[in-house]
Amino acid sequence: MIGLALKMLFGDTAKYVMLVAGLFFATFLIVQQASVFCGLMLWTTATLRNVAAPIFVVEERVEQINETNPMRDTDVDRVRSVSSVRWAMPLYSGIQRVRLSDGSFKTVQLVGIDAASLAGAPGRMVEGRLEDLRLPNTVVIDQLATTRLASNPKDPSTKIKIGDRFEINDVEARVVGICEAMRSFTGGPYVWTTYERALQYTPPSRKMLSAVIAAPVKGMSVEQAAADIERTTELRAYVNHNFGKDTKDFNTSTVWWYIRNTGIPISFGTTVVIGFIVGVAIACQTFYSFVLDNLKHLGALKAMGMSNVRLSMMLLFQAFTIGIIGFGLGLLATSGFAMGALKNGQPPFFMPWQIPVFAFVAVQLICMLAALLGIIRLSLYEPAMVFRA
Amino acid sequence: MPNPIPTTRIIVDVRNVEKSFGDGDNRIHVLKKIMLQAYSGEIMMLVGPSGCGKTTLLSAIAGTLRVDGGGINVLENQLNEMSGSALTRFRSKNIGFIFQQFNLIPTINIAENVGIPLMIQGVSSSKALQRAKDALDRVGLGKRWKERPNKLSGGEQQRVAIARALVHEPPLVICDEPTAALDARNGEIVLDLFRQVARSPDRAVIIVTHDSRIFSYADRIARMDDGEIVEVHEQTQPTPPHFVHEHSHG
Repeated sequence: MIGLALKMLFGDTAKYVMLVAGLFFATFLIVQQASVFCGLMLWTTATLRNVAAPIFVVEERVEQINETNPMRDTDVDRVRSVSSVRWAMPLYSGIQRVRLSDGSFKTVQLVGIDAASLAGAPGRMVEGRLEDLRLPNTVVIDQLATTRLASNPKDPSTKIKIGDRFEINDVEARVVGICEAMRSFTGGPYVWTTYERALQYTPPSRKMLSAVIAAPVKGMSVEQAAADIERTTELRAYVNHNFGKDTKDFNTSTVWWYIRNTGIPISFGTTVVIGFIVGVAIACQTFYSFVLDNLKHLGALKAMGMSNVRLSMMLLFQAFTIGIIGFGLGLLATSGFAMGALKNGQPPFFMPWQIPVFAFVAVQLICMLAALLGIIRLSLYEPAMVFRA
Repeated sequence: MPNPIPTTRIIVDVRNVEKSFGDGDNRIHVLKKIMLQAYSGEIMMLVGPSGCGKTTLLSAIAGTLRVDGGGINVLENQLNEMSGSALTRFRSKNIGFIFQQFNLIPTINIAENVGIPLMIQGVSSSKALQRAKDALDRVGLGKRWKERPNKLSGGEQQRVAIARALVHEPPLVICDEPTAALDARNGEIVLDLFRQVARSPDRAVIIVTHDSRIFSYADRIARMDDGEIVEVHEQTQPTPPHFVHEHSHG
């Protein structure tokens, strides 16, 4: 009977294509929009991933990494004085303007790290030496900056190379290294320099320290050390693991801040909901119409002795099959989109396994709903009706 | 009531069956104390004007419609006393159906269509297909088993429907206006073939029709009017006069 169910389904080409198309669009909208949202949320934590310190100590009201409430330089020493802390270093993080060779301006995410330890430096250098940051007026830029800060981003020959110079707030910066880094939420490239030089690049103000990065002593957990720092200094100490349930984690806290305080989730969520509704509308209407078209045949099967349970299983199997096909094609199209996004570096795209699982459940829910409408219609169809031409 | 042939047995026994539709003033009594028997080895026709209740009676005998009063005994089973699922199983085993509009599934080939009653009973697809091909052979369509129903003429489609009704060797075959969608020539061919393959000492065939051209194929004709059986006429030597007539002049 499975073969019969499939042949009935595939035999009605127009409705089959319509059903698959509806579920394809639903899957694509749900997965693509949810993945772009996750990618965007991942970008909000880019500084935490590019400055891979176990503990971030910030001003007590700070809730997310891109919010900077400056602290006093003496706060570094206060953190260092906590017995659970192995090391603590100053960190500057802020958006600054770069003047390019053609006189135009671009914004960058400037990161200032301790010159002696280079704690908070990028994880992987692509070109140049990190240690050269200790030379005068030097910076390390990420790969995005090589094109973003070029005079003509579309011309590869104008790409920023080691030795090239530009100005940050009228102060010269010489490129001594190129590194790998995650893109920032604002879209600007990352530029690393020493903490002292970062203060030179930045218009002066009374307090300039963005955060203190720290690590626990051996044998002590990061969470324990962060709790000790908070208790001793009354500053806010976040751990830097990954997004999860723990709001003591700076990644989690940052993402939740954006979810609570921006319209981003509503915007993406609306599209996801629309995708679901479009899927429901198309699938339910088309599948119901498919059942109505075949009602005469299904009624004949019923008269000939096929049970309601078996007929319902046939409809459920048909709905499940189109769900699988529509979902598969939708996921394939999303993969194509993802490849393009990853190649271009934008739009942000991050697809944790939960998204396709959620989308699969949603699409199957749509299909089961569609099948249910058909089953209800079929169960109301008396087999005697088949004798009434 | 005509006397059945002594070796025959009662396949269908309808006693005081009543059925009405609607409520209150709109209530319509479609079947009024119907009494009827169908015997093995015979072809019985239910005839009468439109709206006289013959299709309702056929549906009740087929176990697809519950009656309000009286009893229908088919193959020594009281249909009224059976549960819905038991009735469904009973239909799948014991009744073959031929519908006015053939009701062949257009997206599968004719052999698969014919094999459906077997598959409903749980016979494997391969065995069902083989038996379906044998059944199609008997109606002269064995070589065209791969074709879809829409590639066949109306007469050929009804032959497929006959094969489908007989493939599981049911003791009762129910036909609803089998020639209504066919022209005269095809109607005769189909009925002649049907009489050859469907008539069996162990089987009763009940045909609802108002096509007077095919009355001559029946062993007995039950005439209905206004929800009642007004006459049961036995034909001692049923012959298809039109068909004979054409051959004698051909």
